[in-house]
Amino acid sequence: MSEPTALSKDSCARIEREMAKFPKKRGALLAALHIAQEEHGWISLGLAKTLAAMFEIQPIEVMEVVSFYNMFYDRPQGRHHVYVCTNLPCSLRGGRGMLRAIESHLGVRAGETTADGRVSLGHEECLGACAYAPMLRVGETYHENLDVEQAKRLIDALE
Amino acid sequence: MGLKAPYVTNYLTQHFADDAFGQVDGYVARGGYEAARQAISRMSPEEVSTLVKDAGLQGRGGAGFGAGLKWTFMPKGNEKPKYLVCNADESEPGSFKDRLLMERGPHQMLEGILIAAWATGAEKTFIYIRGEYAYAAKQLQRAIDEAYSRGYLGARVMGTQLAHDVVLVRGAGAYICGEETGLLESLEGKKGQPRKKPPFPAMYGAFGMPTTVNNVETFSHVPHIIKHGKDWFRTLGTEKSPGTTIFGVSGHVVRPGLYELPLGTKLDEIIFEHAGGVPDGKRVKGVIPGGMSMPILPAGQLDVPMANEFLRERKSMLGTGGIMVMDETTCMVRVASVISYFFRDESCGQCTQCREGTGWMNKIINRIERGAGSSEDLDVLLDVAGKMEGATICAFSDAAAWPIQGLLRHFREDFEAHVREKKCPFPASFEL
Repeated sequence: MSEPTALSKDSCARIEREMAKFPKKRGALLAALHIAQEEHGWISLGLAKTLAAMFEIQPIEVMEVVSFYNMFYDRPQGRHHVYVCTNLPCSLRGGRGMLRAIESHLGVRAGETTADGRVSLGHEECLGACAYAPMLRVGETYHENLDVEQAKRLIDALE
Repeated sequence: MGLKAPYVTNYLTQHFADDAFGQVDGYVARGGYEAARQAISRMSPEEVSTLVKDAGLQGRGGAGFGAGLKWTFMPKGNEKPKYLVCNADESEPGSFKDRLLMERGPHQMLEGILIAAWATGAEKTFIYIRGEYAYAAKQLQRAIDEAYSRGYLGARVMGTQLAHDVVLVRGAGAYICGEETGLLESLEGKKGQPRKKPPFPAMYGAFGMPTTVNNVETFSHVPHIIKHGKDWFRTLGTEKSPGTTIFGVSGHVVRPGLYELPLGTKLDEIIFEHAGGVPDGKRVKGVIPGGMSMPILPAGQLDVPMANEFLRERKSMLGTGGIMVMDETTCMVRVASVISYFFRDESCGQCTQCREGTGWMNKIINRIERGAGSSEDLDVLLDVAGKMEGATICAFSDAAAWPIQGLLRHFREDFEAHVREKKCPFPASFEL
């Protein structure tokens, strides 16, 4: 996979619209990272340099934001993110058991990506679905009140 | 994928079963935006702050600070632009009420924001929503767009002299951004590391301007106080903690979910009468009453009214009203392991006590759980926890120490049994 360095015209226009919402354009950096990641899936050093130029800051200032937040990635990701909530309310109702079962089903540990690049698996610290445990998210979509078999079927259906 | 109405409703959630309430027309048809119109056209900003202060509305984001009082800290005059921030970064494990309020009642929250804008003179509100709440963000953005197109936001709100803009900002997965100055840093496009206080946000907030930060639920109560008055508000809840809140019940109960009940409702009533008690005829072992930062209560103390003045007597707090119920099979060392891992993972790393303390607590607890702990480990754990309190820039470090201290206060025997038997003596407990 080659390293992305450029943003599409559309992404740049969206980022500029975000900048206009803040008294200082730096306020739009998180929004810009979401937009850049929507386009490329992760934030490479090349993209960080492009964003740094747009925001008139140093690339390191972009990368320290990337590394601080869980939802930004500094390396290529699988086509789908599957994140299982393992915080206490979910753990009490089998969240960790579900994660272990998914790990052995996919043959990867949380934090890894399947060899075919289909799924990046992870665990999450509370997604605000505490009464609907166990649960996971696929990208931005929540799937709640799951059992292990449902979770496996859901993941198998991802292309 | 959106949330349904709570099992028990009151004024905040009474229309939540009704999809139309989330749309501008449905909201207006049910009396929506009338309170804002009334406040802006018939009351002075001072009268609004005073009314909310006298109603006794406590912030619902965890700290319980008086909302009306907070508004009065904003400087008078217009030399600098003033901002409101809606803290929608709900990330406290066990809490999911703000998600409901945004998904099912976005206009109710926006109306509260408008009233607060009038009271504080703020020209703009930044709603900072946690990155994972994509569905709630979508509902909220739609509601904001509707409000602009119908004149409830923008240059002349409802034809009055109030001008107000609302900007929705998505976070990206960091618990510390729920701390109000961590949030402000994040809003400025930086790492969410909390600021030293003073200066407080009312003097130096978002982008250096005077700023008031209130929680989603806090804003949502405001239109009801304007509409029905302070005396009505005080008929609900306790003398010191008026109004309702939305309790989130999770863990080992028959009906986990959301329940809007008056503050002061007894914890055992919520667990046994509303949430149906523990499944399979098992008994309760312990309950965390207010989100994961708040110390646990043992089974013998569930008769406590859910309001800060009573929970403090039991060395806990209401926090965000997230109630986590644990049955008799639960290993409290495993609970400590999950909790300490969370704080270790989410510490922003600025202060030594917190960065190092959270890691050491987690390591020691895991050693005990594996059966490799010693009896001195319990004293070291308490020593580390004690040194993490009151010594850091923000309250995260305290919040990491309190639950561990609470577990050792009420369930020390669980820890000692691990040391004695050199293994976890609770094989039926949840999987770690």
